[in-house]
Amino acid sequence: MNNEIRIINGIVFDPTNNIDGKVVDICIKDGKIVSKVSKSAKVIDAKGMAVMPGGVDIHCHITGPKVNLARKLMPEDHRLDPHFKTPNTQSGSGGIVPSTFATGYRYATLGYTTAMEAAVPPLTARHALEEMYDTPIIDNGFYVLLGNNLFLQSLIAEGRFAEFKEAVAWWLNATKAYTVKLVNPGGDEPWKGHKNLNVKSIDEDSKATDIAPRKVIEAFIDAVHELGLPHPPHIHCNNLGHSGNFDTTLESMKTAGDRRLHVAHIQFNSYAGEVGKPPKSASKEITDYVNDHQNITCDVGQVMFGKAMFMTADAPLTYLLRSYKKEKWVNADTECESGCGILPFDYQGMIYTHALQWAIGLEIFLLSKDPWRIVLSTDHPNGGSFANYPLVIKLLMDYEFRKLAMKSVNQKAMNSTILGELKREYTLNEICIITRAGPAKCLGLKDKGHLGVGADADVTVYDMLEDKEEMFNAPRYVMKAGQLLIADHEFVSDYTDKKVLRVAPDYDKEIEKVIKPFFDDFYSINYQNYAIQDDYLHGLGKVIGTKKKNSIYEN
Amino acid sequence: MSAASKDIKIVNEKIVENATCTFCGCCCDDITLTVDMDKKVITKAKDACVLGKSWFLNHVIEDKPIARIAGKEVPLDDAIDEAAKILMDAKFPILYGMSDTVCEAQRHCAPIMDDCGGTIDTTTSVCHGPSGMAFQGVGEPTMTLGEVKNRADFVMYWGGNPAEAHPRHFARYAVTPEGMYTPNGKDDRTVVIVDIRHTKTAGVSDIFLQLKPGKDFELLWMLRAACKGVDIPNDCKDICGVEKEVVEDLFQRMKNCNYGVIFFGMGLTMTRGRHFNSGALMALATDLNEFTHFVAKPARGHGNVTGADNVVSWQTGYPFGVNFSRGHPRFNPGEFTTVDTLSRKEADAALIIASDPVANFPKPAIDHLTSDKCKLISIDTKNTPTSEAAHVSIQTSTYGINTGGTVYRMDDVPISLRPAFDSPFPSDLEVLTKLRKKVNELSKKANRPYATKKYM
Amino acid sequence: MKGQLILIPGRSSKQGVGLNKGKLKEEYIRVTTTLELSFEDAQEIGLETADIVKISNHIGETEVQVKVLKEGKLPVGYAFIPYGPPSSCLFDGETCGSGMPASKGMTIDVEFIKKGVKKKTVLPPRTAVS
Repeated sequence: MNNEIRIINGIVFDPTNNIDGKVVDICIKDGKIVSKVSKSAKVIDAKGMAVMPGGVDIHCHITGPKVNLARKLMPEDHRLDPHFKTPNTQSGSGGIVPSTFATGYRYATLGYTTAMEAAVPPLTARHALEEMYDTPIIDNGFYVLLGNNLFLQSLIAEGRFAEFKEAVAWWLNATKAYTVKLVNPGGDEPWKGHKNLNVKSIDEDSKATDIAPRKVIEAFIDAVHELGLPHPPHIHCNNLGHSGNFDTTLESMKTAGDRRLHVAHIQFNSYAGEVGKPPKSASKEITDYVNDHQNITCDVGQVMFGKAMFMTADAPLTYLLRSYKKEKWVNADTECESGCGILPFDYQGMIYTHALQWAIGLEIFLLSKDPWRIVLSTDHPNGGSFANYPLVIKLLMDYEFRKLAMKSVNQKAMNSTILGELKREYTLNEICIITRAGPAKCLGLKDKGHLGVGADADVTVYDMLEDKEEMFNAPRYVMKAGQLLIADHEFVSDYTDKKVLRVAPDYDKEIEKVIKPFFDDFYSINYQNYAIQDDYLHGLGKVIGTKKKNSIYEN
Repeated sequence: MSAASKDIKIVNEKIVENATCTFCGCCCDDITLTVDMDKKVITKAKDACVLGKSWFLNHVIEDKPIARIAGKEVPLDDAIDEAAKILMDAKFPILYGMSDTVCEAQRHCAPIMDDCGGTIDTTTSVCHGPSGMAFQGVGEPTMTLGEVKNRADFVMYWGGNPAEAHPRHFARYAVTPEGMYTPNGKDDRTVVIVDIRHTKTAGVSDIFLQLKPGKDFELLWMLRAACKGVDIPNDCKDICGVEKEVVEDLFQRMKNCNYGVIFFGMGLTMTRGRHFNSGALMALATDLNEFTHFVAKPARGHGNVTGADNVVSWQTGYPFGVNFSRGHPRFNPGEFTTVDTLSRKEADAALIIASDPVANFPKPAIDHLTSDKCKLISIDTKNTPTSEAAHVSIQTSTYGINTGGTVYRMDDVPISLRPAFDSPFPSDLEVLTKLRKKVNELSKKANRPYATKKYM
Repeated sequence: MKGQLILIPGRSSKQGVGLNKGKLKEEYIRVTTTLELSFEDAQEIGLETADIVKISNHIGETEVQVKVLKEGKLPVGYAFIPYGPPSSCLFDGETCGSGMPASKGMTIDVEFIKKGVKKKTVLPPRTAVS
């Protein structure tokens, strides 16, 4: 079978290679972008259409133990949004937390071909890998939760940094993760061990381990820098969701100095005001810092009105939010490693706080000066489903539409922001950066997010429409690794050879002797049964190499 | 995979270290097996409990055909073709079981039913199905078992008998182990048992509450009310058979512990009230978080029933009782659960995997399953009343003994198995992979309604 | 000698062990055909350990062997039997919309049939299909 494709007449957006809306041919062979193909190549005429690399989601929650608990929790939501079987694809359930098959297909129908799961406890990482194998089409990888790991915290507290770095590398290898995730570092121990308390400041010593969150953050930034991971620590800052938390966020970013740090869903950490009172916007303070510091990358975590699901390793926050409506709630503690909270949620435009959160997210997008370091996300499903991405794009590209949208929500909230004054409209090229080229660069994925020769042939072709929501909602063609999946908006084939992206930094094997006694004493599974075998990658694993960098601009 | 399994000097004896026992939901992963490779038997299972020992030591390779149709030996592929044809031709095919096989095999089950428009259900529906339904209603604060070992100073078992059903649960996870904040083991814990019978489990308790049968909900609701400041009623003893003072004392202990946990069993889910009982218990655990850290966990039975729940949930969105006849998953316990589809005589073909409904289902369901109205296909590792009654019967190798793969412990922790010796029988994974492929081929030919564009 | 009791089927470790040896084997059949009665009920009805009794309800009937427990182990009016084909004979297929048959707490009639031999008695293998 001929595996060559030539896309002709399309208006190409490839910011990485400085192509901004130029008509050029894109040639595909053996799953890669190539400079030319033979005459027998299949031709796709993309006249009047936008050709972009496949989308890259840098932060979402789509596979793993907490996601599955949330799925089980929401039968009423699945029932409203069935995902039908087709001759080429399997059936599934939709809703705010879709089933694995539906997740893969629905990402593809938005033109996304890569999505990173943002939080998996090491103990249950097998589960995440198993679900990834059942999530068709999109390449995945996951960030492993190490910020509340009691063993690693004890090494930091004792100042054993050399061993700490080796242990982090061991954990990354043992779990087949992509990078380190820190969630409310230092907050688990007060929650689990001290009757549901939490840490309040990044300089406060957590009772159990005598270690301040700042120490933890610093140690991980150092270790990951030394290991040269393609993506820096991915941090969910302390005090997330609380009024007045922007100080904590600034302090967390300052802790990084000039080393790299990715701040996840930064919107949730950009609130001024007093703790316990309604928040105010601190988007300016936050974006000023991000604009001035090339070592920082972030994703927005835009809040969208409608259904959402809190699903986070930040268990105390979820419990706090539960107190408003006393909705069904799940808390899941993972021994020695993590906490987890799950809570169905509903963002409503009428409510001051929700409307303000929505506005702050948009302000951050519009105030940021460097689109390469600010990534589009809704922290799916925490700020809303990934299905909202096309609407977010329309809000960013269309000032008049934004003004209309502002009229329909809480006016007190709107009046307290500067959103109405921000007339900036994103260009298609900038959208291409914040949804594809940028996140690929932030992740250190050299083969993704662009259409240069040698890149993975993950390509999306959109009809060029005036309504940008409509445009980004239904690509006319989607190709994954050179295989045509969607043609004329319909699935023409399934794709199950998707990759699992991970890192495999070198480490000193001697570190196992330091780690093992802790397992023997405090874990409920055997040390020898903990590290994940290669079988779990099903031959789909892809190791991304390590190299020290101080910003995404270094090669 | 076999990094820790090493051959020692004696010829044909093999030691498998850190093997996992899949008999019950504890999935103890610290068993050392001694295998006689000549006779193909396990001669020792160090550290296994009485159930685990009988699981490992009684496993023999039986001399029997791999596949049979109507009692006659046939090649495996013929049996698979026949099974696929039966499932595709049926008007209401059902798939049931899955709790005693690995996730890798379970993963093929929902797609098979998706292709033939059938119904998938697991043994969960007659085990902790009601707890699954309660979970959908109220959620659950929960934990991995290591948290209990490290932190729990208040441990309660409600309507379960782990001393007989999960013998090592006490020693490995919940009662005697010395953990991070429980350095003195049992001395650091208060152990409470609630049951209607004075079982072996009751023997280890510090406090035993012998409840009036069928009064679980009443006691749970009294405790919930107590969380909201309502006094325990004076006629408590008449209501549930336990003295008021005992319940008051219990409540104080629950409120004042540092980390409390309740394990619950089928004494709650199988009796009057079913999911209301489980739901009341999960809600109580939630309420107690106002005072302290409190969690709950159903004590699951079979080795990988938790895995079956997880796999069916991630593939369809629902844990059990899922129907695909409209081209997408629908969940409705009572309608799509196996006891119902059989008792109502709806199913006309049944694929039973690694379970034995003919031995333990209600009589009306068994009557239909074994009648000529329902074509029975069995995939199992042992001879059971179900495999003997089946039209198509396929014998497979045993997970955890002959084949590897993943199982989920009762607390959703995935564990990889370390098989001891080979079997001449194919694995469940192999059989189901072939069956899925065959059914998929047939479904493409069948051109069912979803093969048109009308649902797109 | 007849009486009415509430039956609680459940798991036991012996049943679990028997299960591993094989469901069509002697041990499993013996374990799953043993009905445990409280001391008080046994006296009331006039039964001793090893008696063979017929247990029945509106769904079906089966023969099992009695084992009398010490006082206080089981509440008066209740009987226990490990899960297995005999207990299945008495389950109703009605699940009240839950998928779960009422597998504990069904009312049964207990009727004396004959004296049995202690311990090693094995009832003739019965198929579950009646």
